Amino acid sequence: MDTLQILLMGFISVVIVNNLVFTKFLGICPYLGVSGRIDMAFGMGCAVTFVVTLSGTLTWLIDHLILMPRGLEVTRYVCFILVIAGAVQLVEMYIRKFFPALYDSFGIFLPLITTNCAILGLCLFVNLWGIDNLLEAVVLSVGAGIGFTLAICIMAGIRENLNLADVPDCLKGAPITLITAGLLTLAFMGFAGMIR
Amino acid sequence: MTSNDSANVSFGQTFAAGIWNENPVLRLLLGMCPTLAVTAAVKPALTMGLSVIFVLVCSNIVVSLMRNLLKPHLRILMFTLTISTFVTIADLFLKAFAPDMSETLGPYVPLIIVNCIIICRAEACASKNTLAVSIVDALGMGAGFTITLCVLAGIRELLATGKVFEIQVMPGAFVPWAAMGMPVGAFITLGLLLGAVNLITKKNS
Repeated sequence: MDTLQILLMGFISVVIVNNLVFTKFLGICPYLGVSGRIDMAFGMGCAVTFVVTLSGTLTWLIDHLILMPRGLEVTRYVCFILVIAGAVQLVEMYIRKFFPALYDSFGIFLPLITTNCAILGLCLFVNLWGIDNLLEAVVLSVGAGIGFTLAICIMAGIRENLNLADVPDCLKGAPITLITAGLLTLAFMGFAGMIR
Repeated sequence: MTSNDSANVSFGQTFAAGIWNENPVLRLLLGMCPTLAVTAAVKPALTMGLSVIFVLVCSNIVVSLMRNLLKPHLRILMFTLTISTFVTIADLFLKAFAPDMSETLGPYVPLIIVNCIIICRAEACASKNTLAVSIVDALGMGAGFTITLCVLAGIRELLATGKVFEIQVMPGAFVPWAAMGMPVGAFITLGLLLGAVNLITKKNS
């Protein structure tokens, strides 16, 4: 396969077939926490996409240019988390300055992007899948962010309608959201086996 | 656990709070990713639970010891650095002594770093309390997490394969529910479990 085809396949695979939320269970906390309204969900998705692209690229560079040649793989996790924390700080400052309303509505969930499993997870998966090409790492990072945005926006759309539904008392809130997520996962399983 | 005056709080209460009243998964909805990801069978769930207990106790000890030195704006960074150090230790330990388990859990061991339970306990308990209280709190929370994981994994493993802890318990005629071993089973089982906990709480109050 030529490069373009590999990149395209990788992108579709990480957005739909191996969606981090639905098949790897990553990023569940914001997925449950911020998916109440569709505009907030989209904002969150964009913030995560930005952070994951930045940190996915940077961690690949650090891993391949600094850690591997010097045999410092032991410090990998510490380095990764530092890069992610820095990227989140950057996004937080940017949103506070230019979108104060969005900043207020995110509340605690913005700094919590640092502890969003999807981001560290993607960095680790890039390492685990043995991606040895910078371009491919960047494409996978962007794809992971878009996959997360897709998942959280679909969820928010469903939850807005769920507000009008008659849900049993004890299932209100998180439980029904989880069950909905389960059914969504089932739908996305239809894509399994399409690629890789 | 908001008060700085830890002498009045009995250790037993602190420990028990982690298991039921403040159960990290069922009540606080923290650490959902590993809860869903490693509960296809009891064995990996137990390994994950024990690793989390180890990291939680160690990071609570360190955070509690340095709580007077922490600067407010740098504290999250210090927490994550402490946690990632202990996670690296746990990861290397598993790789060396339980390579099969390490393979099964895959990236979910390093993902303990971003497990909200640990950072939440560092922030809410260890950075405000004495060493002893922090350790008991970590043990209680860790036990609550491990028990929840094992219950969830037990249900899923039983329905998906008819076995628990790799021992056959269902009669031969039982048809395994393959879906329970897949992501779908994880989401729906946890959803129903949360619903059941809500129901019990409401009956008791």
